[in-house]
Amino acid sequence: MLAELRPALYITYREVRDQLRDWRIIFPIVGLTIFFPYLMNFTAQQALGFVRKYGANIIGERMVPFLLMIVGFFPISVSLVIALETFVGEKERGSIEPLLHTPLKDWQLYLGKLLSAIIPPLLSSFLGMLVYLVGLYRSHVPVPPVDLLILILCLTVVQAIMMVSGAVVVSTQTTSVRAANLLASFIIIPSALLIQGESIVMFWGDYQTLWWVVFGLAVLSLLLMRVGLAHFRREELLGREIDVLNLRWAWGIFMKQFRGGAHSIWEWYRRAVPGTLGQMGQPMLLVAGLVLLAVWLGEQQVSRFTFSLKDVGMINLKQNLSGMVEGWPLFSISPVLGIWWQNTRVLLLSFVLGIFSFGILGVLPTMLTLGLTGYLMGLLALNGISPWFYLVGFILPHGVIEIPAAVIACAAVLRMGAALATPNPNKTIGEVWLIVLADWAKVMAGLVVPLLLVAAAVEAWVTPRLALWLFR
Amino acid sequence: MQSERIYAEELTKHFDDFVAVMGVSFQVLAGEVLVLLGPNGAGKTTTVRMLTSILTPTSGRARVAGYDVVAQADQVRASVGVLTEQHGLYNRMNATEYLRFFGQLYGLHPRICQERITRLLEQFGLSFAGKKRLGEYSKGMRQKLALVRAMLHDPPVLLLDEPTSTMDPESARMVRDTIRGLRSAERAIILCTHNLAEAEELADQIAIIRQGQIILQGDVSTLKFTLLGPPEYEALLAKPFNGWQANLPDGVELSATGENWLRFQMTRPQQQNPVVLRRLLEHNLEVISFQEVPRSLEQVYIQAINRVDSSPPARAGQGEQNAG
Repeated sequence: MLAELRPALYITYREVRDQLRDWRIIFPIVGLTIFFPYLMNFTAQQALGFVRKYGANIIGERMVPFLLMIVGFFPISVSLVIALETFVGEKERGSIEPLLHTPLKDWQLYLGKLLSAIIPPLLSSFLGMLVYLVGLYRSHVPVPPVDLLILILCLTVVQAIMMVSGAVVVSTQTTSVRAANLLASFIIIPSALLIQGESIVMFWGDYQTLWWVVFGLAVLSLLLMRVGLAHFRREELLGREIDVLNLRWAWGIFMKQFRGGAHSIWEWYRRAVPGTLGQMGQPMLLVAGLVLLAVWLGEQQVSRFTFSLKDVGMINLKQNLSGMVEGWPLFSISPVLGIWWQNTRVLLLSFVLGIFSFGILGVLPTMLTLGLTGYLMGLLALNGISPWFYLVGFILPHGVIEIPAAVIACAAVLRMGAALATPNPNKTIGEVWLIVLADWAKVMAGLVVPLLLVAAAVEAWVTPRLALWLFR
Repeated sequence: MQSERIYAEELTKHFDDFVAVMGVSFQVLAGEVLVLLGPNGAGKTTTVRMLTSILTPTSGRARVAGYDVVAQADQVRASVGVLTEQHGLYNRMNATEYLRFFGQLYGLHPRICQERITRLLEQFGLSFAGKKRLGEYSKGMRQKLALVRAMLHDPPVLLLDEPTSTMDPESARMVRDTIRGLRSAERAIILCTHNLAEAEELADQIAIIRQGQIILQGDVSTLKFTLLGPPEYEALLAKPFNGWQANLPDGVELSATGENWLRFQMTRPQQQNPVVLRRLLEHNLEVISFQEVPRSLEQVYIQAINRVDSSPPARAGQGEQNAG
């Protein structure tokens, strides 16, 4: 194994040494490593002094680990430039071809480059954090506890790996450093948003949640590495000279997959849609399992967030249901369209979330909805109302259609992420993306959207009446 | 008997709907130099990249040093030394570091690697610059170092793209001598060049490639014969002459005449030349000299290119690669 790794390490060693010889890289890294932590130190001291004057000690205490996280994050964000040009920069300078001619395996070359882009910024981050902590210690500012230090260190490491992995993927798929830098916003903006979220959680003091963030980022980093390796092809690096936006080609690929060889809508429903559905068995099972898990988790939350239905005016279900029946007369279209659009919007949100997370976060909206259902069932049980009445009266009539539709939509999103992370030597990343997008569109247009429409009609016209009859 | 080092059969490469190389076939034996001649964009580099397993052929097959370029790509790359069109040197490294790095990637033992570095740098006159940053190298020095890199792992197959293009005449001569030396060391070499004199000097075989297809292939004398016809011999006379109705042997034609010279085209000069000379003397024509009219490879090349110039570029209906 070590012998296999050695060529990758030769690449890493050469690149790191090359970087350390470039003053344009050294200068900002040293600046961010030495000067910036001092600035943060000064900020921490001033902030602590200020908030203590007003008795807001807790803000000062929370600011110290927050600034430590920022000190660790800055060198990584700046060093993204190194990662972005790992492949495409060498291609522009013409030095990639001799490397590609060597007997290096693709993964060795990729890993060597990846490590060389991760190691300097990480070392810089660690050094910066050390400088900051030493500064705190010398200024008699309380240093965060060890478990929190480990948490911030882990956050920094996974964040660095995630950002660099993403940047290296960009670097393999673009034809110029300029294009890579432009695409880097897709890494920098989500990362900045993530840091903001982490900061809020850190000020909140909910460190347990941050461990989940570490876990999530670790999974995302692994997926990004997997995607990079899966779609790294020497041929693509040399064969592609210009990033041409070929809309005709893209539309052709999309429509070919969307049609699935069908010549009529009947044939499409008979062959193409079931064909794609047949390929989604595993993701559908997985999503179904996650949905059940969400219901159970929701039900479990009742003991944590419990309240009386009477207090919130929900005990008079019959009155509420009567209002609903009056408001939604039989065969009126507007409530149907309203419900349908709401559900479709949620599944579109799943798609958007799935794009940025290899399908993983795409399951989240559906899980949250069903988690809430589980919670309500638990709450009703706690308030002496049979949860089965709720299930049969409020959920099942339309849920038997709506939930499978949501499962199918989420499975399509999950499959999209899985396909991107699966090696396909015969297709480019662009082709794979268009194909899975077409599959998603196929099941959405062919099944999910019509099913949601039927479910919405049932929800508006049947469910409230059935519920009213049950709770009479 | 010479063994086959490079074998290509109907190699074809599409990029989208553009056909870069179409049905290229050749073989190069150990100790042979095949020169690929052709204008820019003719498909020479794509052919070389397919032979080094960087590009996968759309169709056709090829074996290099006994390995299949698709199924045994790693072995192919280990057996091939490539001088690329762009030198691709790392400017912040010195020559020794740079070569040591590539030696490591080719799995050379450090001692052997160092020995080869020393020897090759000396052979190419770069010993004095071994510790100099590559960013400070001149174009010619960079070219030489790239050639050293290609030869470092002592590969049985060398693929050289424009090896002397940026060199001064002295360095170019030295590189040509080296290539000749490498040929005698039982290597197979493919040389892509625009330098026709160099091609003529080094080639055992020449393949003229145009719009992705080999339009002409063979050894230099065969190509000349095919495109320019049989060789011409010129007899320079001591005095002007007033016409000559000679009875020439079969296969010999009087192709041109001047005031005091005559040109003959002949298919078998070794047999026919003495007869022609005898006839001239029999007719009291005093011959000062009798020699072959020089015909350059340039004439052959231009002739070959002109022959296909009017045909449209090759296109295919369906591409298997894409740029998206």
